[in-house]
Amino acid sequence: MARITAGVASSHVPLLGVAVDQGKTRDDYFGPIFAGYDWTREWEKREKPDVVILVYNDHASAFDMKIVPTFAIGCGERYKSADEGWGPRPVPDVIGDPDLAWHIAQSLILDEFDMTIINEMDVDHGLTVPLSMMFGQPEAWPCKVVPLAVNVVTYPVPSGNRCWALGEAIRRAVESYPEDLNVQIWGTGGMSHQLQGPRAGLLNREWDNKFLDMLEADNDDARWIPHIEYLRETGSEGIEMVMWLIMRGALGRKVKTVHRHYHIPCSNTAIGHIVLEPVEEETAPA
Amino acid sequence: MTDARNLPRPTQNIHEYLAEFDDIPGTRVYTAARARKGYHINQFAMSLMKAENRERFKADEKAYLDEWDISDEGKAALLARDYNKLLDLGGNVYFLAKLFSTDGLSFAEAVSTMTEYTFPEYREMMLRGGRSPEGNRSIKANRAAAGAADSKGAH
Ligand SMILES: [Fe+2]
Repeated sequence: MARITAGVASSHVPLLGVAVDQGKTRDDYFGPIFAGYDWTREWEKREKPDVVILVYNDHASAFDMKIVPTFAIGCGERYKSADEGWGPRPVPDVIGDPDLAWHIAQSLILDEFDMTIINEMDVDHGLTVPLSMMFGQPEAWPCKVVPLAVNVVTYPVPSGNRCWALGEAIRRAVESYPEDLNVQIWGTGGMSHQLQGPRAGLLNREWDNKFLDMLEADNDDARWIPHIEYLRETGSEGIEMVMWLIMRGALGRKVKTVHRHYHIPCSNTAIGHIVLEPVEEETAPA
Repeated sequence: MTDARNLPRPTQNIHEYLAEFDDIPGTRVYTAARARKGYHINQFAMSLMKAENRERFKADEKAYLDEWDISDEGKAALLARDYNKLLDLGGNVYFLAKLFSTDGLSFAEAVSTMTEYTFPEYREMMLRGGRSPEGNRSIKANRAAAGAADSKGAH
């Protein structure tokens, strides 16, 4: 049976991709950011996931305003790096796992999550930057990827509760897949940032760290944070953090934190990164 | 952080949900109403993903904009790169970013033009930890605080 062995959350700021592609990851500006991912790169080498379910949002790259899917799952064979206006990032193609992806899609739909199915698309920095942060610059990505795109741009975006519940359903779907696979789920985007209007540049170290604390806790309180709180406290683009809840929802009630990193700033954004492992709970004695 | 357990749970009333967005200082939340209003501005911006369109736009911005169903106000704001105005007209920053890159501007530099700061000042603010949420959470709360300060001053 396939199983979810870990959850990873990370910001996906496009400038991090530029730093990797231009070899600036150890300079004064980027050094402290990338140092916080060194542990994870070594850990990933040991963990060797077969597949990553990568929760991200498209930034007007594959989707424009013609179609706005709330939850979309990539069931394709492979995905190219998108040209976001300055040429595609020089990264390997992302290899899908259509069998697992279709299994998850079908299971989710039966579980009453009405997913949009994507067979062909390019993937932008939202998906490729986390791969670079976790795996560096390999010839080929070391695992398959099931992209899961969430609308966090056009309101209403999905509620925290719905995202958490989707994570729970993804876990059930993965655990009903017969092949023996080591599956990780990643939630990306955030943390606090605002890219628009006179309030642009807002960051909130205190709130972000409380959010990280909530993800570490043995409860699901974070699913009830309303959109207005993300907007007020973390800037208009901080809402991306609802995608972290899909990851957290897939791990079950109890988790162990194996790594945590926070850094301000990267361009307009607060960088947050956490690695969690699900903890098997003993069933209460009868 | 509010105690999440005390918050109302399932379905929210859409009118109440949307009304709260107008209380955030210096922020235009990209609601369905804005998405509808700005549809052609955003689709125009999206067209700049293609190199040949960027070339045509750069050669004659006005002529290129005239091909789109965008109001005169919208075209003027696009020509002037008045990004706050474009947000009011339903532009979304991820779409407008295609215009940033057509202009060769970094995201941070373009974003800084929407604030009270020059780009160097904006960058400095970010290095110092960014804009504080203090006093930036709620227009109503700011007004109430200002009112309280005024009445204090009067006595
Ligand atoms: Fe993003």
